[in-house]
Amino acid sequence: MIQIKDLNVELPSFSLAHIDLEVALGQFFVLLGPTGAGKTLILESIAGLLPITHGEIWINGSDVTRLAPEQRGIGIVYQDSALFPHLNVRANIEFGLRYRKTNPKKIQERFDQLVVSLGLDHLLQRSVTHLSGGEQQRVALARALVVEPKVLLLDEPLSALDPNFREEIRDILKQLHAETGISVLMVTHDFGEARYLAQRISIIDQGRLQQTGNADDIFHRPETPFVARFVGMHNIYPATFDGPVARLEKDTLWLASPAASGTGHVAFRPEDVKLKVATHEAGTHGNGKENSLPAVVASVVHQGVFSDVRLRSKTRQLRAIAPTSQVVQMNLSPGMPVCCAIAPRSLHVMR
Amino acid sequence: MRLSRPDPFIGLAAACSLLILAFILLPLVEMITQPTAADMAAAARDSDAVRAIWLSMSTSLTAGIIALVLGTPFAYLLARRSFPGKKLVESAVDLPIMIPHPVIGIALLSLAGKNHWLGRTMAEAGIRFMGTTTGIVAVMLFVGLPFFINAAKAGFEGVPVRMEKVGRSLGATPAGAFFRITLPLTWRSIVVGVIMCMARAISEFGAIVIVAYHPMVAPVMIYERFTAYGLKYSQPVAVWLILVCLLLFLLLRLFARPAKG
Repeated sequence: MIQIKDLNVELPSFSLAHIDLEVALGQFFVLLGPTGAGKTLILESIAGLLPITHGEIWINGSDVTRLAPEQRGIGIVYQDSALFPHLNVRANIEFGLRYRKTNPKKIQERFDQLVVSLGLDHLLQRSVTHLSGGEQQRVALARALVVEPKVLLLDEPLSALDPNFREEIRDILKQLHAETGISVLMVTHDFGEARYLAQRISIIDQGRLQQTGNADDIFHRPETPFVARFVGMHNIYPATFDGPVARLEKDTLWLASPAASGTGHVAFRPEDVKLKVATHEAGTHGNGKENSLPAVVASVVHQGVFSDVRLRSKTRQLRAIAPTSQVVQMNLSPGMPVCCAIAPRSLHVMR
Repeated sequence: MRLSRPDPFIGLAAACSLLILAFILLPLVEMITQPTAADMAAAARDSDAVRAIWLSMSTSLTAGIIALVLGTPFAYLLARRSFPGKKLVESAVDLPIMIPHPVIGIALLSLAGKNHWLGRTMAEAGIRFMGTTTGIVAVMLFVGLPFFINAAKAGFEGVPVRMEKVGRSLGATPAGAFFRITLPLTWRSIVVGVIMCMARAISEFGAIVIVAYHPMVAPVMIYERFTAYGLKYSQPVAVWLILVCLLLFLLLRLFARPAKG
């Protein structure tokens, strides 16, 4: 279990502010955010590898804020493995064992079990510099886990890998977590990885936590424009809510259910935009069942079965994902006026 | 058969390179081939010459070892920590490269003289600079340190901090991480730093001649023989110095070469 209480880190050009986060015992928690959001800083703060300005770090119920990294019982695996190039595979995995006071027989059992379950038994005498990316990451995992850490921190462990190794390591992570029951905090910028692995997700941007919840919450009910964009709701507009409608600049959209009055944002996914041939009566018209926004096609990019269509009107830009067959049938091309139909239930309200 | 004509730019670069190589090698080759075998044998039996070369070697090695012991932690701090005024500290480390050599000698002497409290304290402790091997080693250390520190620092900078961080997370103390991870990955750079420091120390003349004309290191003896007896008489000792240095540095380089593969 990891508890972060009001963590603040001040660096010359970056800061983490008021980070509160709890990874339950045995939970696989993913911290998701773009590059430069401060994810690695949070991991290194937990590990004691970074001087923090304010806040507390608790691991399995005890305050470790003032402990040195080597006293915290933490395993860490970085994106680039950070294997020791002067040691072979076996010596890398055994690096931390001399600091453990467990009896040698138990250590040997643990070592053998990990080496087998990570498929490293035939590589033990090899130099780590000649391993593939996936093998290196497996060695890094074994090295971190053999000392039986209380928690495992993973810093973008899949990002540097080729796609086929990425799936392999992703499945290994899932399996290791199930086998060992260890609390895991992983950071990544890839929503797909998070969805696959996480029992709980926190979104971070510019050193601030944006939203915490399970994958479905985050995907379907983003709370801020940033989170909405991050999970693929590319159409996000400031709006004023007034009963059953959201008023945008020059347009009005009908909502599925009345929202409390006030200002905020309305958002919808590109795949929820239906493109129609422009009708004569230009302008917004909603009848409570469907909204229609006029726009002009800016660009069309075919991506196999679906096409990415960028549109613009006088006041905004829109993005739609439409079946390529439809795009071809409508003969969509830049400059062509169309209507964007959006069902009220596809509209997501944020304030 | 090559199908493309070599680019004139590369040709020009190659011409410049050849010119520079010739400029460096011609005088040295000329000097090495000048003395006859008999001259060389005579110089090898000349106990003054042998003593001077030995003194140059032993004092520069001492300076190299002192630089290694005190400079390694310093280089590690410079590579790993950022602190206010770091640029100034780094510039200070490089100063001995720029200061004219006689000025270094004068500066060290003025500190070690009777007019300075440090000089008086050292004199009371029985440490003398003027005309002693201590003075020679001090001068050599002064001029050689920048080369050691910069080489060692570059070595430390080449080890990703993340490796030390992983080491710490696995249970190693800062010292443990240094000795089990960083040092095994940088000792070659450190040995190269010692070589650079010694090379610079052996070649020093201007500052040493002010601090200690006697006991005579090889460059001072070569200069003295040149001024007293002329070119021909100074050459055999110079050639011996070059040969001994080359051999020493070659051995150290071999020792510190990266493992194959």
